Amino acid sequence: MTKDECKQAVVAIIADIAPDEDLSNLKSDVRLRDQLQLDSMDFLDIVMELRKRHGIEVPEADYGQLASLDSCAEYLTPKFNAQAAKS
Amino acid sequence: MQGPRIVITGVGLTAPNGNSLPEFRANLLSGVPGVEWIDVRYMGRLPAGVCHYDPLKYQKKKELRVGTRAGSISIYCAREALADSGLDLSARPTDRVGIYIGCTEHGNVETENEIYAISKFGYDTKFWSHYHNPRTVANNPAGEVSLHLGITGPAYTIGAACAAGNLGLIHAAQMLRLGEVDLALCGGISESIHAFGIFAGFKSQGALAAHADPKKASRPFDLARNGIVVSEGGCLYTLERLEDAQARGAKIYAEIAGYCVNSDASDYVLPNPTRQAEGIRRAIRHAGLEPKEVHLVNTHATATPLGDIQECEAIREVFGANGGTTWINNTKSYIGHCMGAAGALELAGNLPSFVDGVVHPTINVDQLDPRCALEGLVLNRPKSVGRIETILNNSFGMLGINSTLIVRRYVA
Repeated sequence: MTKDECKQAVVAIIADIAPDEDLSNLKSDVRLRDQLQLDSMDFLDIVMELRKRHGIEVPEADYGQLASLDSCAEYLTPKFNAQAAKS
Repeated sequence: MQGPRIVITGVGLTAPNGNSLPEFRANLLSGVPGVEWIDVRYMGRLPAGVCHYDPLKYQKKKELRVGTRAGSISIYCAREALADSGLDLSARPTDRVGIYIGCTEHGNVETENEIYAISKFGYDTKFWSHYHNPRTVANNPAGEVSLHLGITGPAYTIGAACAAGNLGLIHAAQMLRLGEVDLALCGGISESIHAFGIFAGFKSQGALAAHADPKKASRPFDLARNGIVVSEGGCLYTLERLEDAQARGAKIYAEIAGYCVNSDASDYVLPNPTRQAEGIRRAIRHAGLEPKEVHLVNTHATATPLGDIQECEAIREVFGANGGTTWINNTKSYIGHCMGAAGALELAGNLPSFVDGVVHPTINVDQLDPRCALEGLVLNRPKSVGRIETILNNSFGMLGINSTLIVRRYVA
């Protein structure tokens, strides 16, 4: 999986979590919270959906890695690839 | 009844056969039921009353995703009631508004859904939703209305089994009389059809309706009745003190005349006609009336073989040979049993009788059970009866809770 594909996977989750938001102009390098109406429960949703859909665990200490799409890609792409290697 | 006079100034509802009072009433007068087939988890196809309001009329998609069906029904009804009342919440202190919502139960839907969801993950609880607790706390439906409308006054639910809809109104009237709030959003709601447990529970009791045609499945007082049709629904009212309603020139549907809540203290599920009759009599006394002055009785009857007979015993005991002054009907024959919403919805369906002088009938009675042959029972066709002055609404529930609410035509 590339970092762009990883970002797409995260955006797909956000689309379900924030269904009223327009995601077409999301900036990768800006914090998601600064662009979208997301609260702490929504971030827990992102963590839950990564677990449910992709089998990826994000420990609480790493939640800050999900701040922006860029940081998500940096942090999650290796995890996606590790999951793919398992299956 | 002592204290300031309390009046109904707005009605918001969703029923299986209507999403506003005019639509609901029109269907009650033209014999249009709202029961249909649904697929119930683990149980298959069953008759149920489903509400078809538009959840997106007032809520965003995210509110619907995070919140509950019970919360959504409550928000829809609250917004409709406020719109109907002409009240402008932005012009009032939000801490003087109370939200009192009757519920049969709350949280079963969400708990069943979560257990089903984790079953797909080997019952590993790390897949359990972090929304589970805010969704299942007993105050959830009222809390969602508070969040949605920015109301900062008391907002809570009243757990009273299937008597709960009446209790929402009764409690609100009490709080207005005590001066705790200046405006109440009150009534009852239920999202019960989204849990299999309530269907399975009634089935195990031998009290779940079965019929080849879902529209004929709910048939109180009919000889072939065989149980309850489980339904969802909601009905919330705006209640105000009369002087406040008059000051703003409000439309007034009715005045709260009297009420009684009592308990059987005799069985978990079986009704007790002696206690029901006591409650009905106390409510009539509370309203300062005699039984012959009650013009319309809306029964609780759910179409269980025994329960209908027992309520009829209670009514007969109070009203006896009523000399044609008391008409009797039943609304569940159209919409099934809307549980926590039942009392509030069924009252709403009859309020227009003050205006049109018509009693909506009890439908689906092909062969009247002689044990339910009450004098004044209006069957299958609406009846124009002239002027209706008072309506008495019965709602009873498990663990022996009985509620009777009486409203009267508003006269200045």
